[in-house]
Amino acid sequence: MSTLEIRNLQVSVNTEAGAVDILKGVDLTINSGETHAIMGPNGSGKSTLAYSIAGHPKYTIVGGSVTLDGADVLEMTVDERAKAGLFLAMQYPVEVPGVSVSNFLRTAATALRGEAPKLRTWVAEVKEAMEALNMDPAFATRNVNEGFSGGEKKRHEIMQLELLRPKIAILDETDSGLDVDALRIVSEGVNRAKENNNLGVLLITHYTRILKYIKPDFVHVFANGHIVEEGGPDLADKLEANGYADYVRK
Amino acid sequence: MTVLTTNYLTPTGREEAWRFTPLKRLRGLHDGTAVIGDRHSLLTQGQLPAGVSFQRESLTPLASSDDIIVERIRGAQSDVAHLSIASNTEVDGPIFLGRGEGALDSAEFSRVRISLGTHAVATVVIENTGDTVLAEDLEISLAPGASLKFITLQEFDSAAVYTARHHAVVDKDATFKSITVTVGGDVVRILPTVEFVAPGGSVELLGVYFATTGQFFEHRMHVDHAVPNAKSRVNFKGALAGRDAHTVWIGDVLIRAVAEGTDTYELNRNLLLSDGARADSVPNLEIETGEIVGAGHASTTGRFDDEQLFYLMSRGITLENARRLVVRGFFNEIVNEIAVESIQERLMSRIDAELERAGA
Ligand SMILES: Nc1ncnc2c1ncn2[C@@H]1O[C@H](COP(=O)(O)OP(=O)(O)OP(=O)(O)O)[C@@H](O)[C@H]1O
Ligand SMILES: [Mg+2]
Repeated sequence: MSTLEIRNLQVSVNTEAGAVDILKGVDLTINSGETHAIMGPNGSGKSTLAYSIAGHPKYTIVGGSVTLDGADVLEMTVDERAKAGLFLAMQYPVEVPGVSVSNFLRTAATALRGEAPKLRTWVAEVKEAMEALNMDPAFATRNVNEGFSGGEKKRHEIMQLELLRPKIAILDETDSGLDVDALRIVSEGVNRAKENNNLGVLLITHYTRILKYIKPDFVHVFANGHIVEEGGPDLADKLEANGYADYVRK
Repeated sequence: MTVLTTNYLTPTGREEAWRFTPLKRLRGLHDGTAVIGDRHSLLTQGQLPAGVSFQRESLTPLASSDDIIVERIRGAQSDVAHLSIASNTEVDGPIFLGRGEGALDSAEFSRVRISLGTHAVATVVIENTGDTVLAEDLEISLAPGASLKFITLQEFDSAAVYTARHHAVVDKDATFKSITVTVGGDVVRILPTVEFVAPGGSVELLGVYFATTGQFFEHRMHVDHAVPNAKSRVNFKGALAGRDAHTVWIGDVLIRAVAEGTDTYELNRNLLLSDGARADSVPNLEIETGEIVGAGHASTTGRFDDEQLFYLMSRGITLENARRLVVRGFFNEIVNEIAVESIQERLMSRIDAELERAGA
């Protein structure tokens, strides 16, 4: 049982015109096994929240705290956060030229498990993870995200989620750019990770359709750098019908 | 031992060809003060396959050169180490040439010829190692339809000085692919040059270099499209780390008026891994005819991409390992072309070690 606690998190981003405040006091608690959906308008700060938790150097923490089972996440380096059990499926996964997917995955698994996985079982494990997400085995020899289509990049993120077995995962618009079949396949991957590892999920999305597959326990409305409303799954339907007009005006 | 006394024009450092080179560190190769030792260090390794011979003989140069050091070599040395591959011979696997013992208190003036008869196919690997002062005039002759993959590995020790011209004369429909790797030595200056003498030739000049603290590595291409319908590609990638690491890449491509149907592209990318290092990159395309298939060049110099490092680290990979992966990835494109696994692995470990040594 793990708990990610975000308290009054305030974050700014450095721009040429100086620091711009993006997150204005975010409070959120995610426990193992729980799924929290975050919905909110473009530019409201959802990715900023995701990146800040993962430790992207572009963002400056101005105030507040993030802890995982009591340990101060904000004090950790990016790799230490992953080792502590955090995972970020990125909205825009990064291309790494010349580094093959198989080399990348093995290096990551070695880092996270503390020892190199046994070659035979590892090959089978990767093969299984790829098959489960309907990915061509040829992806293993391709360079990380290089030339992947938008949907392929997202599948690759969820494949990592399954192989790396974090405690808490943040999925930043993993559903964007997926065709209907891919949406189902990717959702099944997330649900497997929930089932197998009692994963806690923070799911950032613009669409209720993914919530048909990945059932949220809580829905949070995010606007202007913080959470403005919280509710159950029915809140998502309300948002779909009415949009964010009520929230952005405030 | 003989001391060269002939009075050639000694470069001052103001000449275009010498403006980057630290002449003081050339140990007298350029100004005639080097004492020429009696060394012939180039050796074959293992048994030569059928159709291949290696012997020392007197040969006249294939092509003229305006490089002062090449002129000095030719003035001092009539013996040429000649690797010859007979017509229609297809050699399986690489032919390895290596170096015997070198020395720093005298210089070796070396002449080398690699010749492939018509339709001969071969891969030749030259492994340059040790601490030595070596000036080399290396000429490659490709008869019509011949195909050579030519890999030179500059894995010298830290005090070595190597200046060389690697000049390929490419006849009708011949293919030449060179991979020039420079990861060791104090000063390395290589002129990979190509001359097409009949149409239909195809050339690929690939290279990687990694200079750390204090090292100077210069690669100065010259591709002369003097005939129609030839193709050339140049792709050199370099990394630099540590104080006063300095690399120079010059890409001179000349498309003469007669060279209609030329297809050429040259690319140089540098990765600056720390402050205090300097990468000079000068593509230079001269086009005398508009009737060509294509001609282009690109040159970039960048630092570590924070987004790449963040992505890797977000999967638990330490900063140090993430950097190593990115640098290996950067070089992979070209190192993979070597297609000799033992060499690829050795180079990648050397690159890891250089990275660690430079503390980048
Ligand atoms: N370098 C920057 N300079 C200026 N503004 C920035 C910079 N980086 C981020 N921002 C701003 O921060 C705000 C929040 O961006 P963020 O990516 O977190 O939004 P989001 O909620 O994820 O939006 P979307 O739904 O479009 O993905 C945006 O207004 C964005 O323009
Ligand atoms: Mg976003």
